[in-house]
Amino acid sequence: MLSFFKTPRIRGGVHAKEHKTATAALPIATNFPLPKKLYIPLQQHVGKPAEPLIMVGDKVLKGQLLAYSQGLISAPVHAPSSGIIVDVNDYPAPHPSALPIRMIVLETDGKDEWIKTQLVDDPFQLNPEEISLCVGAAGIVGLGGATFPTAVKLNMGRENHVDTLIINGSECEPYLCCDDRLMQERAEQIIDGVRLMLHGMESEHAVVAIEDNKPQAFLAMRAAADPYASVNVIQIPTRYPMGWDRQLIRYVTGKEVPVGCRSSEIGVTIHNVGTAYAVHKAIRYGQPLLNRVVTVAGGAVKRPMNVEVPFGTLISELFEFCEVNQQETARIIMGGPMMGDSLPHGALPTVKATSGILALTQSELKNTDEQPCIRCASCVSVCPAGLRPLDMANNIRINQLDAAVDLGLKDCISCGCCSYICPSNIPLVQFFKYASGEVVARQQAQHKSEQTKRLMDARNARMERIAQQQREEELARIAAKAERERLKAEQEALV
Amino acid sequence: MYVLSAIVSLTLLGLFLGLLLGIAGKYLKVESSPIVDELEALLPGSQCGQCGFPGCRPAAEALSEGNAPATMCPPGGSALAEQIAALLGLDLDLSDVKEPELLVARVSEDTCTGCTRCFKVCPTDAIVGAPKQIHAVVADACIACKKCVDVCPTECLQMHPVEVTLRNWRWAKPHHVPAQSLGTGSNAVC
Repeated sequence: MLSFFKTPRIRGGVHAKEHKTATAALPIATNFPLPKKLYIPLQQHVGKPAEPLIMVGDKVLKGQLLAYSQGLISAPVHAPSSGIIVDVNDYPAPHPSALPIRMIVLETDGKDEWIKTQLVDDPFQLNPEEISLCVGAAGIVGLGGATFPTAVKLNMGRENHVDTLIINGSECEPYLCCDDRLMQERAEQIIDGVRLMLHGMESEHAVVAIEDNKPQAFLAMRAAADPYASVNVIQIPTRYPMGWDRQLIRYVTGKEVPVGCRSSEIGVTIHNVGTAYAVHKAIRYGQPLLNRVVTVAGGAVKRPMNVEVPFGTLISELFEFCEVNQQETARIIMGGPMMGDSLPHGALPTVKATSGILALTQSELKNTDEQPCIRCASCVSVCPAGLRPLDMANNIRINQLDAAVDLGLKDCISCGCCSYICPSNIPLVQFFKYASGEVVARQQAQHKSEQTKRLMDARNARMERIAQQQREEELARIAAKAERERLKAEQEALV
Repeated sequence: MYVLSAIVSLTLLGLFLGLLLGIAGKYLKVESSPIVDELEALLPGSQCGQCGFPGCRPAAEALSEGNAPATMCPPGGSALAEQIAALLGLDLDLSDVKEPELLVARVSEDTCTGCTRCFKVCPTDAIVGAPKQIHAVVADACIACKKCVDVCPTECLQMHPVEVTLRNWRWAKPHHVPAQSLGTGSNAVC
């Protein structure tokens, strides 16, 4: 009875058909043939792009630093295999627009020869700062898809005296199960990574949260965490978007992250299981982040699987390995079907953010014939951020973005629940994505017009100053001339 | 007695304040409407004349008198229209407003003679160069006023649309989308 009065711990959300059975039972494939060429973008993370320090023609070894991080929020990029650098140039990015981005092209020599790595005997003797430095130098970023540099997050956690580390094993997107497989097969390594992160943040307590549709992963992780009192493994309900950090924090700790605050400000930090595994490899074996497990699935994939691929592998090569039917493929999606980005073609590289590549058939896509809104308010009840999607969309439709911002546009996380549930197929989240971009563009335009006014004022002041100077010089010249003539007249008078 | 003193004091107060207002009205009179200044500050200030008025000040006057719609400024686009409407308290339907196409000036290096005429007229100092040296445009400072295009003797200065890169790429506004078209992944649910 009392629980009736408690605030609900999950807000909104949907339960889409999971589509995970085809891949969740198969072990991670590690026999992916090394591609001839790897296309490695210099920016695979949030923040500033990395700066290359190699030249075309250089021979590099596996794990060698190719580009160093610049600025506070950035991550370095390493060679995923040994070979020769053949180009540093603009190539299409794995992005819905496929616009060019700077990439290093590495022609592999097939030897996969490692650079010499330094090993630490007991990482728990290291300073917490050294853990962050190692993680930063290994180029580790959040592998759940947000790609925020992990070292920065560890530092923030330490500075804010975070008491709880939540490890996100929810993997709530349909189709994806790379984290599920990772937890089943490499649970001990993940738990070791979690303990290293705890050490790096000087925190005491970690909670690994796994959705209850992954019982195998839960059992494996609980067994691995059993010897350590600091790591607790729990099951959480299966509901998209359970993996959204604020939703997960709310469920696990009961605390709500205030608008405009970071989770570390309320004493919680959240990391993905894949990130914990990468931390384990970086600190125990000195291996930088060079590859990741990618789920290849969808109706057009003949051999769907989880496969470990080096960064820079072209999606088309991945599709060849998994025998994707090109004719049936109606849409290629990087990430999950709810929040992922659709890609125009397959000649784009996999990056640190690539948790999955989906090749969907026409029958798997949602019908997009838009009908009038019937005011059923389904979108309101599923919105995990507590917004009113239909009102926001109506304002955006008539370009009243300020009104949409007042309704909370900036709190929209683009999870897509509203578009998924809408019986009239209204492209709600698409409106919000458009509007968010437009709001940024308007802010930039506003900034530019202020800058223009400043530049114009500066120019006018300079012109005024120059004119003033010229006037003064003119007057001085006239005065000098008058003086000369006066002297001349005096001399003539003397003569 | 109390009633009488209240009436007298309030009457005196009223007369005094009325006198004060009368004097203030005479001596503190504002020549032009302050709303015109506020409107002018919002307008781009490049005096381009695309609205049909001879400059931003006359346009602001017309706006304040209600002789021009809030959507009158083509370079400002709907962002400016929204600000004007908020200031004047107007209702606004922006579904027909066209967003201005972003342009930037660029120097063709083959034909530039280094005559320095363009950077003398540039209102934002966005062109750099020296006599008999090829000039260049600082794209971030260019406001696409086209003054340099008019004075360039070799037509080497031309306006180009701003190049779309990953930094300024934005999602397009959705309209009735056929099933095949490129949308976000969130269309594709099972």
